[in-house]
Amino acid sequence: MATPVISASSLTKKYKDVAAVDGITFEVAPGESFGLLGPNGAGKSTAMRMIGAVSTRTSGDLTILGLDPNEHGPAIRSLLGVVPQADNLDTDLRVRDNLLVYGRYFGLPRAQVAKRADELLEFAQLSDRAKSKVNDLSGGMKRRLTIARALINDPRILLLDEPTTGLDPQARHILWDRLFRLKEQGTTLVLTTHYMDEAEQLSDRIVVVDKGRIMAEGTPAGLIREHSTREVLEVRFGSDRNEGAAAALAGIGRLEVLPDRILVYTDDGEQALRAVMDRGLEPVTSLVRRSSLEDVFLRLTGRSLVE
Amino acid sequence: MTQVMRDPLGSSDRSRRFGAWYVTEHKLMQARSYTPTLVATAIGTPVLYLFAFGVGLGTLITANVGPVFGVTYLQFVAPALLASAAVLVGTEEYTFGILLGLKWNATYVGMNAAPITPRQIVKGIMIFIGIRMLATTTIYYLIMLVFGAVPSPWGVLMIVAGILTGFAFSPIAAFAASLEDDRGEFAILQRLVVLPLTLFSGTVFPLSQLPIYLQWIGWLSPLWHGSELGRQFAYGPTEPIWLTIVHVVYLLGLAIVGWQLFVRNITRRLNK
Repeated sequence: MATPVISASSLTKKYKDVAAVDGITFEVAPGESFGLLGPNGAGKSTAMRMIGAVSTRTSGDLTILGLDPNEHGPAIRSLLGVVPQADNLDTDLRVRDNLLVYGRYFGLPRAQVAKRADELLEFAQLSDRAKSKVNDLSGGMKRRLTIARALINDPRILLLDEPTTGLDPQARHILWDRLFRLKEQGTTLVLTTHYMDEAEQLSDRIVVVDKGRIMAEGTPAGLIREHSTREVLEVRFGSDRNEGAAAALAGIGRLEVLPDRILVYTDDGEQALRAVMDRGLEPVTSLVRRSSLEDVFLRLTGRSLVE
Repeated sequence: MTQVMRDPLGSSDRSRRFGAWYVTEHKLMQARSYTPTLVATAIGTPVLYLFAFGVGLGTLITANVGPVFGVTYLQFVAPALLASAAVLVGTEEYTFGILLGLKWNATYVGMNAAPITPRQIVKGIMIFIGIRMLATTTIYYLIMLVFGAVPSPWGVLMIVAGILTGFAFSPIAAFAASLEDDRGEFAILQRLVVLPLTLFSGTVFPLSQLPIYLQWIGWLSPLWHGSELGRQFAYGPTEPIWLTIVHVVYLLGLAIVGWQLFVRNITRRLNK
């Protein structure tokens, strides 16, 4: 790996006695798209704030672009773009003014900021809304504006905390498309998400985080290969009968019994379904699908990502 | 796309030097959308108060009590009104202005994600509040001239005294920065501390009119120190010079302590 742009070693953040981030170690290479996947409360946002040089670590080591955030917070922040979990656009200012005012914080000359603001509005597909009030924008537009704002200083690393949470499917796809373009241009992306599809779409490499710890690390495909089977058979017998049916399914494959369905991990889903039928069981519904990161997470933690 | 000059240390150097001013710039830009309200308040308040005190209460008091310290009642009360106006602007910004930027429209959080430090944020906010107080007290002063409320040309220094008094209330900003949310604290502060303080600070009648066991409130009140300081400029001296120095030192001291506590609390708040 080339000299990493982010390097964390036993990185820990405690609030009183509770460790929100509990000794995580990882590196991010320049140009890489790196995802932290985990449920709400896993410590992803806390980790992001430490990487963003706005939260002092309790222990461990952390360098961003070769600098220690404890010593060089402002210098590091001048090279980052930050998209926080909750948009903190200035609702008192209009769309374009939000970019202008933010660009000034990086010590950039007015003319340069103005030129870049117009280009970024174009990129965020918001040129026709330049004079709109922020509160008149839809959720997806606000998110795109926040991303445009984060790019105003042409950052070396773009940090995205839950970039599409709360957006409708269409808005998510527009956003993914924009982020994918950035990735193609070679921007280093670090994102947190609790959506497995988002992690798969945008990340070259993922760490699965739970309760402040890293459970696994790898490419989306690699993690699935390593921690799950090729296919999954989902069968539903009705909520009170799932438990009972599970006993009869023993031996067909590895089972995960969820409240609403049973997951059967197997390399051949259709064959597994036939095996279920052969035992005289008749599921209300059945579905064969490929394994996903959701299954990896379930395997590693015994819990679902979105609960 | 335009490449930003890849001069990391250069641009973060500018942020380090001018960061506070960028914050002020931002606050001024926000204030633009409130301009009509701000101007109406800045002009309306002095006109109403001076009219009420000068024509209303003043006539009554001058008729029954006679001049105080050899000046008209309006001239006596004017420096205190001007200082109160600065305090009003200050406390508004120290309370709602602070939580607005930390929570309701979290611009300070955004600034801090950029290279701006909490110390610079505080400095930028304070410069902005200073500008607002300067505008308010200058308008107040000019209207006072029209009402004939300022005997001495040195009275223009009431503006400085007023702004200093406003800054002396900055511990309130430190308090606001420590609040998770406003659950009525600001209303209590306004109604049970700031407003009553006006009554016990020798503003509308001399502190010496109060029984001695209540006068200590005035001695502790930055508003009393600020009003008395303003009076020295407007028609003074009415007191020994050492007491005037005490006013300045006391007000400066509170302003500095408040500023430092504000920096400490906002740093804690932003560095979670």
